[in-house]
Amino acid sequence: MVESSSSSPSQSEFIPGWEIVVGLEVHCELKTNTKLFCGCANAFGREPNTSVCPVCLGLPGSLPVINEHAVELAIRIGLALNCKVDESIFHRKNYFYPDMPKDYQISQYEKAINENGYLELPLSKKRVRIERAHIEEDTGKTTHVGGDGGRIHGAIHSLVDYNRAGIPLVEIVSAPDLRSAEEAREYVTELRAILVASGASDGKMEEGSLRVDANVSVRRSGSAEFGTRCEIKNLNSLRSLVRAIGYEAQRQVELIESGNAVVQQTRHWNEDQGVTTAMRSKEEAYDYRYFPEPDLVPLAPSAEWITEIGSRIGMMPSDRRERLISMFETAPSGSTFDQIVTAVSLGLDDLVTGAVRNGADARLALARAANEVASDIDHLANINPKTFGELIRMEAGGKLSATQAKKVLGTMLESGEGPQNVAESLGFEALDTSIIEGFVGQVIAASPKEWERFAAGEDQLAGFFVGQVMKLSKGKADGKIVTAILRSKRS
Amino acid sequence: MSDSISREEVIHVANLAKLALSEEEEQMYTSQLGAILDHARDIMALDTADVAPTAHPLELKNVFRPDLEKESLDRDEVLSQAPVAEEGRFMVPRIIGDAP
Amino acid sequence: MTLSTIGMAASEIAGLVRSKQVSAVEVVQEHLAFAASHDSELHSFIDITDEAALSAARVVDEKIARGEDPGSLAGVPIALKDNLVTRGQATTCASQILKGWKPPYDATVVEKVREAGAVALGKTNLDEFAMGSSTENSSFGPTRNPYDLQRVPGGSSGGSAAAVAAKLSPLALGSDTGGSIRQPAALCGIVGVKPTYGLVSRYGLIAFASSLDQIGPFARSVKDSALLLQVIAGHDPKDSTSLESPAPDLLAGIERGVEGLRIGVIEELIDGVAPKVGEALLEAANSLGAQGAKIEHVSVPAVKYGLSAYYLIAPAEASSNLARYDGVRYGLRVEGQDMNETYVKSRTKGFGAEVKRRIMLGTFALSSGYYDAYYGKAQRVRTMIINSFQSAYNHFDVLLSPTTPTTAFELGAKVSDPLSMYLSDICTIPTNLAGHPAMSLPYGQGENDMPIGVQVLAPALGEVNMFRVARALELGAPVISRKLFWE
Ligand SMILES: [Zn+2]
Repeated sequence: MVESSSSSPSQSEFIPGWEIVVGLEVHCELKTNTKLFCGCANAFGREPNTSVCPVCLGLPGSLPVINEHAVELAIRIGLALNCKVDESIFHRKNYFYPDMPKDYQISQYEKAINENGYLELPLSKKRVRIERAHIEEDTGKTTHVGGDGGRIHGAIHSLVDYNRAGIPLVEIVSAPDLRSAEEAREYVTELRAILVASGASDGKMEEGSLRVDANVSVRRSGSAEFGTRCEIKNLNSLRSLVRAIGYEAQRQVELIESGNAVVQQTRHWNEDQGVTTAMRSKEEAYDYRYFPEPDLVPLAPSAEWITEIGSRIGMMPSDRRERLISMFETAPSGSTFDQIVTAVSLGLDDLVTGAVRNGADARLALARAANEVASDIDHLANINPKTFGELIRMEAGGKLSATQAKKVLGTMLESGEGPQNVAESLGFEALDTSIIEGFVGQVIAASPKEWERFAAGEDQLAGFFVGQVMKLSKGKADGKIVTAILRSKRS
Repeated sequence: MSDSISREEVIHVANLAKLALSEEEEQMYTSQLGAILDHARDIMALDTADVAPTAHPLELKNVFRPDLEKESLDRDEVLSQAPVAEEGRFMVPRIIGDAP
Repeated sequence: MTLSTIGMAASEIAGLVRSKQVSAVEVVQEHLAFAASHDSELHSFIDITDEAALSAARVVDEKIARGEDPGSLAGVPIALKDNLVTRGQATTCASQILKGWKPPYDATVVEKVREAGAVALGKTNLDEFAMGSSTENSSFGPTRNPYDLQRVPGGSSGGSAAAVAAKLSPLALGSDTGGSIRQPAALCGIVGVKPTYGLVSRYGLIAFASSLDQIGPFARSVKDSALLLQVIAGHDPKDSTSLESPAPDLLAGIERGVEGLRIGVIEELIDGVAPKVGEALLEAANSLGAQGAKIEHVSVPAVKYGLSAYYLIAPAEASSNLARYDGVRYGLRVEGQDMNETYVKSRTKGFGAEVKRRIMLGTFALSSGYYDAYYGKAQRVRTMIINSFQSAYNHFDVLLSPTTPTTAFELGAKVSDPLSMYLSDICTIPTNLAGHPAMSLPYGQGENDMPIGVQVLAPALGEVNMFRVARALELGAPVISRKLFWE
């Protein structure tokens, strides 16, 4: 999930005369050892139906008992989202579906553990209201066999794996406060960073640890009333989220402008075709017949417990960003701020500050972290503030060119080796400044006319000379050092 | 005939509960459920505005278990009970309609 | 073996086994043989698990041979209601929907009685999913009353009650959601106890109505029932609704008598019962008065709303508890064109009429637009009942009432009229709604000399006084003159 937060919004996002209204429901799998109501492992990627027991299979006679750590993580989320953490109860949500072993889901309905909070967007400082963040159990996983690409339509039969059934989730429901696909992306990025920072989630969208449903409606600019909304499911990445909202808003506007009405429905995002399609629902409307779960007793976290949990929450993203910002003497520019947001949302800020403590240049360390490290985040464990800091020092000190430094960092992430070793094995031994000066001299001698023009102030010719030096040095010279030598020779 | 529940409502709840009823059964259950609901009219008449609901006779709160892993069941034993299983999973006929 | 253990008290059998005067295997063999020759008429068992029983008995004998403590119920046969989950042994709830299911685990109470040395003879018959008051709603056919095979044993734990009454087993476990232990105990002339909600773990009890269900003992004496309750009571971390407090010592004070106890006779529950049932209750009260208790009549007005509240709350919970029987993971599946059709076909074929009736009633009570009027209302009435009992218990230590309005009725008498069947639980239901303990013990005989039950009710965790009173009543109770069907 590496996407720069500064990429341009999709074209369909702004529709003249219309405003998009988005509210998000984010399901977050909690990072516990075991499931919500039983001792089965909360593990991803196991053989099907090997992490199951009488409780999570809903066998007759079995009973749920709440995992205390899941409650603690839920409270951490609530506190991190500025919610009121209060007494709550569980309800049963009744409907038949083969991925639900009991044919009801245990969830919080009337009283959620966390209510009425907010999330502040990092750039605009806009506060998005959080209506609730409640605890519920996940469902099993259904694989459709014989259909079109594993889709439900046209399948001959389906296979069910209950390893995921009963995994603890917190569902975070925002108010319809978001006004563009870009804002929705910013919200999810920040929420994800908060969930990771609080230790509640690993934030892995691609593994389904975070799943987003978007409620989208449109209204004419200036209108105070909300339009009819559609709920979009299956948004597995930030890219899908942005595209789906853009598509859906456009679809709704076209409907209304052509004199039709938007029908409230649940829609499915088709990533390949880039469209949303209405989900096929059964004939009868759902009637979930919620009622208090009689097998569980109320959750009533004491004030002391809540305080204790609060003291265990890690540093929040906004504080983490402040920590990075404070490394710079002047307020960081837009692109640097974007890098800070990215670094924090991916949990790379400790790497950057650690490298800086090891003597690395802050701006360079941040840039390399937010770009190169971010694009290979899965191998983050292969580097540490020490090796990363050393690399940044080598680059800043001219021992490696920018191109070389990126290559070395890439190899470090792959292999886990230190920057010295990697640089040597790649043949990137540092070029002494005197050697570079020699190359510069040769190039000036070979191109006297160009040098005359450069010396007269035609600065764009610097590129020409740097290119020539690079040729001679076989790419080993640092462009910045070459430029500096050229400038010093001109004066 | 009772007016506590109509035949249409009986058909509706049977649908929700995934039960099929013959016409005879529709009639029978409409009258039987009606009689039971009629009997419940004694409590409908009670003034309970100031009475809190009781969902549970206990006053327990905060019953937890520690986040410790326990051994899961043996998959072969689990699947041996399945009406149909395939590839380590429970097999079901095609599903019409996405999960809500 | 020279002496027969058939008809012997559980405590006596345990004593003989512990002192090696008789082996657990001998006790179990004798009971298995006795059940084999008498249960074809009675039909109290769905499944008699001979081999498992004998091997469990051998384990007890080996423990004794090694000098280890075999437990307080060493070698005592016990019958288990077939809604208690038993590992590797068919557990049916008397329903076709659980056909072929062999659970991969044991209920907590099953583990506890085994640890105490008791030996399970098999699984007893019940109304399907414990829904009924006559054990006629069993897909395996009805159980008969051992005093009159043409009459019902009561229900839903009719199999367990009949097995104990007919001396096929000295002990049995049942479950009580609205009277399913006490009512059959009364109709079969034995002792049956519904403990305080949360005293006994429900883990492994197949749920009917979770906020009302409790497991409890059947025995032929008050002391034996206390002995068994002592074994199964206690906190279980697998049940969130299990009480933390340690199980009280029920036997210690059981002979203390009733001198000075304040006992109230519930007025609302005497109205409308059969004349002889009412007379027996008053005689029982007099007997306690003669033994030094202070007897008064007391009004507990809200109990008359118990039946209505119960028949909304219990089916509502049941409709959800029984959703899981869907043909996907275990039990019966009738294949349809698609998933939905498979659900409908499996459930329509797998559930009997009474279960369907309650599922639909409960679904209706919870459904959109009716929740507040029915389920919500019933929950508030539940509070009124608890408050009403509380007022009574401010002045009384225990309360008395009939267990059932009549003695055992004839097979088929109420099958076509559900409401009349439901009315036979009118005296037992209020305590389930309150979560309080109550027990039934035989006191006198009614029409056709069929046994009458008297109910002793106590506030939450008031078991110690409840058993004291029951024991005092037992001492003064007339002996049942009617013979068992095989006598
Ligand atoms: Zn499990």
